[in-house]
Amino acid sequence: MTHTITFTLNGEQTTATVTPNHLAVDLLRDDLGKTGTHVGCDTSQCGACTLHLNGEPIKSCTLLAVQLDGTEITTIEGLAKNGDLHPMQAAFKEHHGLQCGFCTPGMIMSGIGIAQRNTTPDDATIRHELEGNICRCTGYQNIVTAIREGAKAMAEV
Amino acid sequence: MYGFEYSKAASAEAAAQSLKDDEDAKVLAGGMTFIPTLKARLAMPTQVIDLNSLPELSGITVTADTVRIGAMTRHAHVAADADVKAAIPALAYLAGNIGDPMVRNRGTIGGSVANADPAACYPSAILGLGATVHTTERDIDGDSFFTEMFETALQEGELIKAVTFKRPDAAAYMKFPNPASRYAMVGVFLSKGSDGIRVGVTGAAPYAFRFAAAETALNADFSTQALENVTIDPDMLNTDMHATAAYRASLVLTMTKRAVDACL
Repeated sequence: MTHTITFTLNGEQTTATVTPNHLAVDLLRDDLGKTGTHVGCDTSQCGACTLHLNGEPIKSCTLLAVQLDGTEITTIEGLAKNGDLHPMQAAFKEHHGLQCGFCTPGMIMSGIGIAQRNTTPDDATIRHELEGNICRCTGYQNIVTAIREGAKAMAEV
Repeated sequence: MYGFEYSKAASAEAAAQSLKDDEDAKVLAGGMTFIPTLKARLAMPTQVIDLNSLPELSGITVTADTVRIGAMTRHAHVAADADVKAAIPALAYLAGNIGDPMVRNRGTIGGSVANADPAACYPSAILGLGATVHTTERDIDGDSFFTEMFETALQEGELIKAVTFKRPDAAAYMKFPNPASRYAMVGVFLSKGSDGIRVGVTGAAPYAFRFAAAETALNADFSTQALENVTIDPDMLNTDMHATAAYRASLVLTMTKRAVDACL
């Protein structure tokens, strides 16, 4: 049996019809065209699929699409406003917090979560709280710098 | 994933009744184990009943003697709760080091305890704090809750509604995490309260257990020296690719000593 769900996706009311065994990330990518949310491992390890559900970072490869009903979802596509990058995106750009870029959407969504939980996180806190995000280029140094500076910029806004 | 029917639970009791009516029905809490299990086709439920529609199962109540946590309360909520931090800081610390931040934003105490993964953190606190598990049917003494690997005292169609922990005078949780999964290779939850010393161990054996020999020694003399002649039989412990039973036996004693140190 299919279910018709309604949720807010990057500020827009969205309706979709899904089967219960459909994953949230597959709905977003394959059906709604939001391919900014990546699938790295598909086993809840790598964090590339991280998005915000009701403001909190979660792994969308480990959520059923039908569970999106009634929620507010923000993906990487929903961060920039009127062409201006979100402060965390701008910090990743400024500090070159990426190499191949595959993990970057998840890193940015997690980084915003870190900044929301800790106004001025130190490097040890950032590294600990990045446990759920894997960068296979091992470019963590600049990612940590970018999140530290992005958190500062978010606090100033 | 195989196909299944999905519904939102109307109440804990209604969900429990559905489990009684259909032995292949499953309930979904945080889904941090269950959804990967579905994805790997290790489970083929006829229907999945989602408990996320029941806000009444989520929440924390702290009294002078106890901390009661609703079954659907997320790990992140327990970790950040000011009242839990004040009443049993070791419990907030435990919750704040399960998995990673995204897992903690979904995973629930009820799901963790009901699943009874041998390497899950919460079971050590159930034993280490003398907890009571409240279900749709009854109250279960935490000491008799874990019965086998992934097996508990829960009967078919019985759902956890909340867990109540006794507030100790002092407590500590010491975890030796697997560096890749962050699951506990060994986790020791030690508390010192009016009933004496409790030492709950997870990660080491097929299911969480109380380290009786350490409790006896520490009740006589609460010091790390008291543990010098205490041993644990490696035959009862797990061996896998990450650690041998002998190594886990050593870790259990080391983590217990660290927990004692933290309480002194």
